[in-house]
Amino acid sequence: MKNENYQTYILVWLGLVILTGITVSIAGMNLGRLSILIVLLIAAIKSGLVLNYFMHLKYETGLLFKFMIPIVLAVLTIFIGLTFTDIAFR
Amino acid sequence: MIAMEIHRDDTGSKIGMWLFLLSEIILFGGLFLLYSAYRYKNPLDFHLAAWDLNRSLGTINTLNLITSSLFIALSIFFIRKGDRKLSMIFLSATIFLGLLFIGVKYIEWMTKIGHSLYPNSPRLLGRSQGEILFFGLYYTMTGLHGLHVLVGLFILSVMLVLMVKGKINENRFVPLENTGLYWHLVDIIWIFLFPLFYLIT
Repeated sequence: MKNENYQTYILVWLGLVILTGITVSIAGMNLGRLSILIVLLIAAIKSGLVLNYFMHLKYETGLLFKFMIPIVLAVLTIFIGLTFTDIAFR
Repeated sequence: MIAMEIHRDDTGSKIGMWLFLLSEIILFGGLFLLYSAYRYKNPLDFHLAAWDLNRSLGTINTLNLITSSLFIALSIFFIRKGDRKLSMIFLSATIFLGLLFIGVKYIEWMTKIGHSLYPNSPRLLGRSQGEILFFGLYYTMTGLHGLHVLVGLFILSVMLVLMVKGKINENRFVPLENTGLYWHLVDIIWIFLFPLFYLIT
């Protein structure tokens, strides 16, 4: 199953460090509302890297592993989204 | 004499750990929901309060956890290859970085508390509602996360002991893999906590 080498891990780590640097730089710029969106997007990419490579989701077989993260994200989106349909109008 | 076969279900235990991780995501998700609601209502106050946090320390801790995630992944990689010594070195390094994280968090909290900025402190209560909420969320979320780091460090140490005893080896390393999964999740949660508290000035 795991015939990848450890270099992949190092590359992923490097990517994470660079993305962290980008996040901090973006925060230093004055982009207003765009800032939070970009920063969250980068956080999502970093999480994707950790999930797929460090946590091996990319190499897992089976429907459960393919769907569980998307499902939990959908659940959270509904939580937060539906809550905002309420509080946005108060 | 009947030979007892020890039942082992590696895929089952991995699925078990993933299910637990999903529940943890929902747990923290609830807190992130609170954050998003209160921030929506108090955007300027949150920007203001974030100035009190030390961005450098936050960045250091982020790099800390990212690197510790690399180390635990490498530890698992090497035990699969049968290189127990290298695996233990990386596992120890993971624990070391985790302890550093706790150390930095401790310094951060103690500084805040030293400046009388803690939940229900008179100085904090003198600030605006939004800032009070920011700090309440800060202590709760980084506190809960820190608790998870502490538990993770404990379990990682148990794994190290098991590895020293040879109970975790190249034929049986699923406990270490599952511990790694937990540790990566702790890393992911921080990956979201960091920008939402430290980078919103």
